[in-house]
Amino acid sequence: MSEARRERRNYLLGTGLSILLTLLAFGSVIGPFGKTIALWVISVSAVVQILVQLRFFLHIGLGRQKREDLLLILFSLLLLSIMVGGTLWILTNLAQRMT
Amino acid sequence: MNNRMSAHLHPGLNLGPAHGAAHERSETVLFGFWVFLMSDFITFGILFATYAANTGHIGLAGGPGPGDLFDLKSIGLQTGFLLASSLTCGMASLSLKYDEGASRVAQWLVVTALLGAGFLAFEVRDFASMISSGGTPMRSAWLSSLYALVGLHGLHVTMGLIWIAVMLALLAVVGLSDRVKTRLLLFALYWHFLDLLWIGIFSVVFLTGMR
Repeated sequence: MSEARRERRNYLLGTGLSILLTLLAFGSVIGPFGKTIALWVISVSAVVQILVQLRFFLHIGLGRQKREDLLLILFSLLLLSIMVGGTLWILTNLAQRMT
Repeated sequence: MNNRMSAHLHPGLNLGPAHGAAHERSETVLFGFWVFLMSDFITFGILFATYAANTGHIGLAGGPGPGDLFDLKSIGLQTGFLLASSLTCGMASLSLKYDEGASRVAQWLVVTALLGAGFLAFEVRDFASMISSGGTPMRSAWLSSLYALVGLHGLHVTMGLIWIAVMLALLAVVGLSDRVKTRLLLFALYWHFLDLLWIGIFSVVFLTGMR
């Protein structure tokens, strides 16, 4: 198979997987499932879909030569987890004190 | 192996050594743009945190909630539009990489723009119907943070449409020069990134809200 066809197939594969994961997430909300199950399905399929699109659309993987791209994502995630985690911690604590 | 001859120099689709200088000069430019996208990602992350902090009953302030305002069918359509546009954007990049000519690249970009405009049309329609049923940004902290988050993403899509218009003009006037090639790669990175953000938005805001 030529390089062009292989790459085209990868984009189609990424789209197909994204459609499946989106349907799964929407299905868990529309279908007769409990809140906990739905929230788990939504979270997991969102994370998986983000990984799928990073791999097939943005071409960021583990085995490539350029590690800085991935390092930058991981560093941004570290910063975000500190800021998001801290925000939610402080504000839920405040909310509890106000009630 | 000499790094400069490598086929994978930067995030996104790489043109490959066959494109010579255009491939090499893309490395630093695309990495710089990736740094910008990651800082943009931080901005969105903070808006996500603000949104999440306002989803409780204090944030709702007795105003209309997700069940009163959200239209899941429309959100599904918007998701479809944006995902399809991400695919056609990828097809534009592949046409560029495999030398299918400026007009083929332009055709895929037009399709991408139409799908992006479809996304925006439904988003604006949703905002209008939310406002008409009392869900204005001023009503509650939850609504303020919702419009800030979803609105900023919509603004990014609008900027992307303007970017496509500029790229179409450049393709028509300059053709596929090295600079134009690099800019097309930048646009593809930006557009795929917007779809990535939308996954977070429909999962955190709309699906979790309706659950």
